[in-house]
Amino acid sequence: MTDIPQSGATPVEPPAPKGDSLLVTDARTKRRNRAERRFKAYGIAALGVGMAFLVALLWAILSNGLTAFTQSYVQLDVPLLEEKLDKDGDRDPAKIAKVSTFGYAPLIEAGLVDLVEKTGVETELEPKALTKILSSSAAAQLRDRVLANPELIGQTVSVELLASSRVDGYLKGRVSRASLARDKNLDAEHLDLIDAWRDAGLVEKRFNWDFITGADASDSRPEQAGIGVAMLGSLFMMLVVLILSLPIGVAASIYLEEFAPQNRLTDIIEVNISNLAAVPSIVFGILGLAVFIQFMHLPQSAPLVGGLVLTLMTLPTIIISTRASLKSVPPSIRNAALGVGASKMQAVTHHVLPLAMPGILTGTILGLAQALGETAPLLLIGMVGYIATNYPDGVAEGFLAPNSAMPAQIYEWAKRADPAFYERAWGGIIVLLVFLLAMNLIAVLLRRRFERRW
Amino acid sequence: MNDMRTMDNTVLNETKITARDVNVHYGTTHAIKGVDVDIADRTVTAFIGPSGCGKSTFLRCLNRMNDTIPGAVVTGEIKIDEADIYDSRVDPVQLRAKVGMVFQKPNPFPKSIYDNVAYGPKIHGLAKNKTELDEIVEKALRRGAIWDEVKDRLHAPGTGLSGGQQQRLCIARAVATEPEILLMDEPCSALDPIATAQVEELIDELRQNFSVVIVTHSMQQAARVSQRTAFFHLGNLVEYGETGKIFTNPEDSRTESYISGRIG
Repeated sequence: MTDIPQSGATPVEPPAPKGDSLLVTDARTKRRNRAERRFKAYGIAALGVGMAFLVALLWAILSNGLTAFTQSYVQLDVPLLEEKLDKDGDRDPAKIAKVSTFGYAPLIEAGLVDLVEKTGVETELEPKALTKILSSSAAAQLRDRVLANPELIGQTVSVELLASSRVDGYLKGRVSRASLARDKNLDAEHLDLIDAWRDAGLVEKRFNWDFITGADASDSRPEQAGIGVAMLGSLFMMLVVLILSLPIGVAASIYLEEFAPQNRLTDIIEVNISNLAAVPSIVFGILGLAVFIQFMHLPQSAPLVGGLVLTLMTLPTIIISTRASLKSVPPSIRNAALGVGASKMQAVTHHVLPLAMPGILTGTILGLAQALGETAPLLLIGMVGYIATNYPDGVAEGFLAPNSAMPAQIYEWAKRADPAFYERAWGGIIVLLVFLLAMNLIAVLLRRRFERRW
Repeated sequence: MNDMRTMDNTVLNETKITARDVNVHYGTTHAIKGVDVDIADRTVTAFIGPSGCGKSTFLRCLNRMNDTIPGAVVTGEIKIDEADIYDSRVDPVQLRAKVGMVFQKPNPFPKSIYDNVAYGPKIHGLAKNKTELDEIVEKALRRGAIWDEVKDRLHAPGTGLSGGQQQRLCIARAVATEPEILLMDEPCSALDPIATAQVEELIDELRQNFSVVIVTHSMQQAARVSQRTAFFHLGNLVEYGETGKIFTNPEDSRTESYISGRIG
């Protein structure tokens, strides 16, 4: 036991570490890690600010605009007296039609007085003043109903009539008793009546289909205004844009990308297309005014002209996105097609174009979405400021008759004095955004659906 | 295999392609400098040489694929069966049906296996009806030595095959139009050794029906599959002759340096 060799017992010195231990982070690494953490924090902060803006925007739009989708109605019984509406009693539609809205106003007045008595509210308001509760279009609504169904004459019918915008504003919290002091339209007594009627269930807010499908109304009747006709104007414009810009844009891109020789001329064209995409849209508007209206004498305010102007604006976008998606098709596919003896055109139409299609369609839809929200060029061809009160009579009228477009209608409402129109402007923005979101969703789905790998 | 090749070479096939004083310029680059070559029918001819020596460029002259490259100018005379392919009356589309091409990277169309092969015959009107087309597709896939692997899934996408299968599919696609000449631009460079062996075996079989011209980086491959070899260097055709002779007893010192691995 004692003869343990001493040499074996001496522990071998572990090799001295070169530099510092890996278990200790050196100062330089620490600094780099700190920089990286800081950089991440900046990114998160930027994202946070962006999200906050988005939430604020959505909050503003929804809180201001959602109320446009409900509208207040008053339920009342109106005696449709035969001696007022049809003196001869023969129910001749021509004679009934001769009675104007002035003939109906007293009947509504009587109905309102009756309602006041029935609900037992004390009021000092004159019968004439009571009609301020209803929209000034109430008589016209009643008349339309009678003309559609003359059998109603002589009966007392229960009808729902549009409340005036002030009453509607009171029920939505936009008009307060304090603000009424400055308002000649409505008195506190009106509001007492509304409170009593609301409790009795005779005044209520309902979903307002007329806002989505209806026409614009004059300044005194914001409660009746809708975006439907302007929506149709936008639809006809988008049809013009789609029909013109897709074939022209795709054909131009295919020529430039696949066939055109690379020379100075095509370089100039290429640069100019990129520049055109950055030209302010109002420039296209004034170009449209000069060329389409003043030179070609196309009708003013017509969706056809709007569509032509927006086509000019959308073409560069479509050409750029189409060329990008043609470029993204690998050259090996073209070589393969040419190698088996396909002509250049066959290579493009059989192989390159189908592969580029999802990209082309995505670009087109995004271009259309951009055109749908464009207001400035419409300003110059008279589509802003036109009161879109009538539906076009047919497809030809749809293209050629004066109309407005959704963003133009929103702008029109936003600049009117009555706060009731302001609410409708926000509501219009919601409708427009729903369309844009739907179009972007279609673009995303198309891209997903047709995405291919090679 | 070496013995067989020597035997083959005793029967010299007639000339299929004649090139005289071919020059290619890309802009200011002189890529091919006065190449003269005679390529025999029913023979595998290999083009070897270091990268950038012009072997692929010369190959692409043979079916006028250089036409698709902007700035490429080809001068000189290339005759296939005594017809000058650069004559103004020649339509490159017709030429390419006669001179098939297989590319470096397998490039099947993102379509079904059947459609990949049927595309060429369809655009050239080689089939009168569906039955005939089916026959052409089957024959081409058999010649491409891939029929047994894909016969049960002809309508599966061609891009779903393995790399080697894709390349054989591309060869089947190229032979489907009944070409007389098959050009192959480094057909095995993207393949693993097993797939390479399969494609090489296939090339040897294709020799029965076609004049095959293959560009390759691998000298072993050239030695394995070709009967004749051309060595390109810096745009010049340095040496051209029987493969056995080029690899065992080259005349030019540059060929010898390249083969022994001293340049390239």
